[in-house]
Parts: sequence; structure tokens; C-alpha cells
Amino acid sequence: MPNFDPSQIPLVSIVFWVMTVFTLGGALGVVTSRNLFHAALYLILSFFGVTGYYVLLSAGFLAMVQLMVYAGAIAILILFAIMFSRRPMAHESQANQQWWLSLLLALALFVVLVVVVGAVNWPVSDAAPAADTVTQLGVALLGSYLIPFEVVAVLLSVAMIGAIFLAREKTEAEE
Amino acid sequence: MQGIIEYLVSLNLPLLTEGTARFLVLLVVASIVAVVAPASLIILTWLERKIIARIQDRIGPNRAGPFGLLQAVADMIKMFTKEDITPARADRIVYNIAPGLAVFSSVMSFAVIPFAPGFVGTRLNVGLLYIVAVGGLGTLAILMAGWSSNNKYSLLGAFRSVAMLLTYEIPMVMMLVIVAMAAGSMSLADIVDAQRSMWYAVSMPVVFLVFFFAGIAEVGRSPFDLIEAESEIIAGFHTEYSGIKFGMFMIGEYVHMFALSFFSAVLFFGGWHIPFMDVTALPAPWAAIIGLIVLLVKVFFFVFVMMWFRGTLPRFRIDQLLDFGWKFLVPLSLVLLIGVAFVVKLFSPGSSAGIPVPPGPLSGLGIAGEVVGLLVVNLAIAGLAMAVVSALARRSRNKVLRAISAVEPPAAVTAQSKP
Repeated sequence: MPNFDPSQIPLVSIVFWVMTVFTLGGALGVVTSRNLFHAALYLILSFFGVTGYYVLLSAGFLAMVQLMVYAGAIAILILFAIMFSRRPMAHESQANQQWWLSLLLALALFVVLVVVVGAVNWPVSDAAPAADTVTQLGVALLGSYLIPFEVVAVLLSVAMIGAIFLAREKTEAEE
Repeated sequence: MQGIIEYLVSLNLPLLTEGTARFLVLLVVASIVAVVAPASLIILTWLERKIIARIQDRIGPNRAGPFGLLQAVADMIKMFTKEDITPARADRIVYNIAPGLAVFSSVMSFAVIPFAPGFVGTRLNVGLLYIVAVGGLGTLAILMAGWSSNNKYSLLGAFRSVAMLLTYEIPMVMMLVIVAMAAGSMSLADIVDAQRSMWYAVSMPVVFLVFFFAGIAEVGRSPFDLIEAESEIIAGFHTEYSGIKFGMFMIGEYVHMFALSFFSAVLFFGGWHIPFMDVTALPAPWAAIIGLIVLLVKVFFFVFVMMWFRGTLPRFRIDQLLDFGWKFLVPLSLVLLIGVAFVVKLFSPGSSAGIPVPPGPLSGLGIAGEVVGLLVVNLAIAGLAMAVVSALARRSRNKVLRAISAVEPPAAVTAQSKP
């Protein structure tokens, strides 16, 4: 290969396609797997792919949060899914009588998304990617988006306190 | 590193452009770290057996090689040659992926460690988040191993580990947030630089202790080694594993412990900084060499402390462990977070990371004021926590005592009422 120039290898594209295989393959595995545990593991694989996209977009903070919240918390989700399911060891189809309805809805959503992606004239910027996204995110969250940020925080606290209240042990006086 | 890349490019070889040279150098450095980290197992297991033996008034391994140094090598050969067993109804694919994932997750955390001045793995500006995110994958490996073994003891071990990691991740992350607040950055190299004048372990001792205990629980070492409590659940999640797959879980555990020692040294004990001497000001090669030695001395001190714990402390019960986490460490870390945030703001010197912020009201006192302020807040919170805990303990003990004294012995009453 006399004219081979390694800098011409589209490295970013290769990584993008690998991540796409992870994301879509994982998602496909989630809905087709007959084993509950495998479905959850496929879900984690899919989230890994999304983490890869964030890294490609130089959004390090989002990538780490994606990995921490999803891959970390999904382990807990698996546990609960196993404990709450009726037959955790069973290998059975995930479909029930309403499969055609969800297929219809999913197809409709897909068509809408394809039309939107094709129709909108997406803005493209020549600016270099932001170097320090963490600082900018922090300033944005505690500056211009302070009120939404605090509202979300309050909402989550309310949800957590509510869950603790519902799940706590009853004292003897209440019984 | 830039020098090596420039040298490679100047050779003018085919295919060797700036990009590929950088790729090659990074690949070599990454491979060294990825090989040295698991290889530390050989020293760590020998050290652990020797130290525990000394604590228990034994000699420890002393047959293979001088001081028994080759014992770990012999163990590794034994592990490689053992039969690889897969349980009959195991989930084969998941069962085989889990040990690899365990090693992967603990080796990955070495990518962000600053080893010496100018010798930093990756200057990731979200380094602290990366540590937590990669650590979470270890939990996933344990859960996969426990589930796929098709063994109730394995599954119990996995459930325990998830409950435990969920509990202790909260105080751990809060302590990392405190460090990030004090240093004004989430990059590990910046955090080391921020401790040039004073280690965080000196100004925030309580924060360090909470971090270290939560870290030991996260690694699953004694006294928090409930996930593999032999007397209760055989060997926990790795009951069914044999040969090299068991060895990989062991590598994962030891590398994780090694990484925790690195994080303790880097985040709280100033990395390569030592008092009364500026290591970074030394001439070029010496700064890196002395810095690395200083860091390794600190790291092995923490390794020793963890082995010391294992040799001397009994194991927690699972309910005590969860109580300690949720009812003590989590509230304590919340109060610490608020207290430290207040002090940091009070002594803040103004604009940081290019953002204009008004300086704190006590910023005139400088770094010394901040250190004293942090220390006072830490000690006050520690005293308060102890007072609250002892008051609660006294109350619950009195309740039990009252309940005991309120019950009349029924046997005596019936004996008298009989004619």
C-alpha cells in the first residue's frame, strides 16, 4: 500500500459504528431475550453504547454520569426485577396478547422520528468543542437554570421521603 | 511523553505519523499500567499472609524462595493448572464473563491515578466521577457471578454485596464531593496540587475516615467482608468458581484494594507532596522518581492498615453493617457536606476556574485560616456525632432494661396461688 496514510483512517466513524452496534444490539437483546436476567444485562450493554456516544461528543461529564447512574443503578434494578418477578428462572416469551398494539405504537414513533430528523434543518456550528464542560455545566445549573434545578431537587426529595414513609415499619401504637 | 512522540516522528518511518506515534506510546503506557496493577497481586498476597501470620504469632510462608517470596508464584501456578469447573445448570456465558469484568473494573480505575509529577495517566477533568462509575462495574460483576452460578449461596452473597455497596457508595460519593469542593476541581492531578500546602487528611480528618471506611466496605474487605463470609454462605458469590477464574476474582479484589490505597494517598494525603519539601521543584528525572517513591510509601501504608484490620477485627453482622451505613455514616456525611461547604465558602479566595465569584468574608486569613476552619468544623461534627450516638444508645438500653424489670416472673405467682 504505497499511498496508505494512517491519518486517513476514519477512527471516529469506526468507534461510532461500534457504539451503534452495542446500543442497537443491546436494545434488540432487551426485547427479544427470553431470560429476565439476560434482558437486564443487554440493557446495560445498550447504556454502554450511549456512554460511548457521549465520549465521542466530548461530553465527559455526561458520559460518566450515564455510566454511574445507569450501569451502576441498573445492577440494583436487576436485583429488584428478579425479586419481584413471578418466575425469575423461567425462560418464556416476553409477549402477551397486546403485542400488536405495542408494535403499532413503536412503529408510529419510529416513523415520526424519521420524519422529524429528515425534515428539520439542524444547525451546525464551526466552533471548537468546549474544553471544560464541567465548569460550564456547573455555572449553567447554578446560574441561569437555578430554579428548574432546585425544583427537580425538591421533587426528588419529596419522592424519596414519600417512598420511605410508605415502606417504613409500623410502630406498635399504629397497629 | 511529548518528547518520545516527537522522537518517533523524527525517525520518519512509513506509517509513523504524529497520530500513530501518539497511539503507540499511549498503548505501551496503558499496557504497562494494565499489567503492573494485576501483577501487584504477587506482592500483596505475600505481604498479607506474612502480616496476618505475624499478628497471629505465626511465621507465615517461608519455604518457597527467600522469606517465602515465591509462595505467590507457586500459588499462581497451582491456580493455572487446576481444573476449570462450570456447574451443570449454570448460565454459561454470564458465568464466564463475570471474572473478566471483575478484573476489568478494578484495573480501569488506575487510568486516572497521578503517579508522579508529570506522570499522570489521564488528566480527566471528571476523574472523581470516573472512579465511582468504574467502581460500580465491580458490583455488576459480583451480581453476574452470583446469579449465573445457579447456587443459592452464591446468590445470597451477590444480594448482600449489592445491599452493602448501595449503602456505602452514598457516604463515599459525598466525601468525594467534599474533596472536589475543597480543591475546586474533579481532576485527580489538580486535587494533588491543591494539597501542596496542607494534606486534606490533616485539615479534614473525619472526611478521610468516612471515606476510608466506606472504601473498605466497597472493596469488601474485613471487617466488612460479609459478601464472602465463610461461616454463613461458604465463599459467597465465587463459591462455584475454580482455578484461574477464582484467581481472577482474587486479582479483582486485591487490585481494588490497591486502588483504594492509591485514592486515599492521592485524595487525602497529598499524593507526592511531603511536608517541608517541594518535590516538584527537584530537577527533571528526580521529581518523578522521588514523587513516585513518596506516593508508593503512602500507598503501602494504607495496604498495611487494611491487612492490620483483617488480622485484628471481627466481622460485622449484616444488620449491624447496614445500620452503621444508613444510620451513622449517611447522616454524618450529609452534615459534613454542609459544614465543609460553609467553611470553604467562608474562606474562598474569590474567582476560581475563571468564573468571577466574590471572595468569602474571611478570605483575608488565607490558606491557614481555611485549614483551621476545616479542622474545627470536622472535630465539632465528630464530637456532635459521638454525643448523639451515645445518647441514642443509652436511651435504647434503658428501654430494654425497663422492659425486663416490668415483667414479673410468672412462675412464682402461679406457685403461690395454688392451694
